[in-house]
Amino acid sequence: MIPNSKNKIVLTKRSKVVSNKTMTWIERLYLPAIFQGMAITLSHFFKKEVTIQYPEVQRPVSDIYRGLHVLKRDDQGRERCTACGLCALSCPAEAITMIAAERKEDEMHLYREEKYASLYEINMLRCIFCGNCETACPKEAIFLTERFVPSQTKRDKFIYGKDVLVEPKDAPIDISKRQTPEVLAFKKDKTQSHNK
Amino acid sequence: MDIQFVLYKLALAGIILLVSLVIAMYATLAERKVAGFFQDRLGPNRAGTFGLLQPVADGVKLFMKEEFMPATADKFLYLLGPCLTMLVALLSSAVIPWGKSINIGGVDYSLQVADINIGVLYVFAVVSIGVYGVMIGGWASNNKYALMGAVRAASQMISYELAMSMSIVTIVMTTGSLSLNEIVAQQPGIHWNVWTQPIGFLVFTICVFAECNRAPFDLPECETELIGGYHTEYSSMKLGFYLFSEYINMFIASAMISSLYFGGYNFPFINDLGLSQNVLTLLGTGIFFCKIGVFIFLFMWIRWTLPRFRYDQLMRFGWKTLLPLAIANVILTGFFHLLFKN
Repeated sequence: MIPNSKNKIVLTKRSKVVSNKTMTWIERLYLPAIFQGMAITLSHFFKKEVTIQYPEVQRPVSDIYRGLHVLKRDDQGRERCTACGLCALSCPAEAITMIAAERKEDEMHLYREEKYASLYEINMLRCIFCGNCETACPKEAIFLTERFVPSQTKRDKFIYGKDVLVEPKDAPIDISKRQTPEVLAFKKDKTQSHNK
Repeated sequence: MDIQFVLYKLALAGIILLVSLVIAMYATLAERKVAGFFQDRLGPNRAGTFGLLQPVADGVKLFMKEEFMPATADKFLYLLGPCLTMLVALLSSAVIPWGKSINIGGVDYSLQVADINIGVLYVFAVVSIGVYGVMIGGWASNNKYALMGAVRAASQMISYELAMSMSIVTIVMTTGSLSLNEIVAQQPGIHWNVWTQPIGFLVFTICVFAECNRAPFDLPECETELIGGYHTEYSSMKLGFYLFSEYINMFIASAMISSLYFGGYNFPFINDLGLSQNVLTLLGTGIFFCKIGVFIFLFMWIRWTLPRFRYDQLMRFGWKTLLPLAIANVILTGFFHLLFKN
């Protein structure tokens, strides 16, 4: 028993005092309560289903949703990544691996700068989709997109290489929603500490 | 008895068997669909349009599962359990009048396999055997959960059979016949037994729920306590038989409720339509199946609404509420019958 009701700790205003009162004759029949319950379930029977049929219909996501990564190409179709390793360094989950290589004379149309990533892998099981790689990238080469990482039955299928990550030449992936002019200006702003 | 008659009855029995199986098959789909709708979901809809091939997929899945038998199980009884359950579930459809009669070439063909004059008794006898399927299956598995489920099933079915029989006694008193055909024939138009026997109807329906082991009386197989109850040790199609016979039971029980209390194939304005006998019979059969559908829906509706009884509540409810209620109903009906009918 609580000696003084003033000292009672109230965590929420929803708490109800449980009464142990004896039920009336009608209540003890239980039938009204049963019909009440059946009415509730029947009302749900005619309600709109909340199911989203996943592969065909997708739940709308935010403009800056952090999903599957993309390695961008520049406007001439050359890979932007220079294998500087800042993304791998910034990755808290250590999901990114890369091997740098030197661009040959005949590869001018493939890579934007003299150094490029001959191997670039992200382990999607390690990745926590924090977006630090995107923030760290000085070349606007890696971005997170609103695409999902599909399920697999083998663990090694989750290690995504350049064949999946680099955007196809004929179907560029739009990142304009997250890379707005304001964001770009902030990234290049020399007065900011991250550019000093 | 001529050969034509025997052939007709055999064909009719075959058709009814087939129809029962198909309806039970699609009742499994309906159950999952209805459950989905009650929970604001869609239910299965990937196998065929509207999930129409789902029962086939389920069947194939059950057939592909490993056929497992516990090493300590009694082989013969272990096999007998599901067979008996299935057999008994299908047996009682023989006496249900599915329709009036069809006239072909001046000969009336009744849409009832066996119009035996003790139809109601026959149904009770068959239903009582139903408990053996569950009991034998649970006992032969040699598993504590299975045995617990079997014991529960046996006590539950025996307890609720009493009240069920008592509620039918009133029908027999007012009708003056044990033949199901006669009982249905005495409810023309909208003069259904449910208007004169509302208490009997309520008691009968509740008891039928218990007899079919359906929620809220699904104690014999309650997954949460007994991990499947009497069919814990069953796998593959033997488990399928148990699960499937539940839906056949549901179908037969709905047919019994409809024919005992809701006029079976009778429907209002049956004689004002001016149709030929054959068309009327087929229409009546259609109406009968609609009524059955409504009651199958009721079974599912209750299942997805009410929680399961506790064991002591189940027993108290059966013995201390339903049985006295049914007996009082018999006495009251007898009293009014004597007072007003003579």
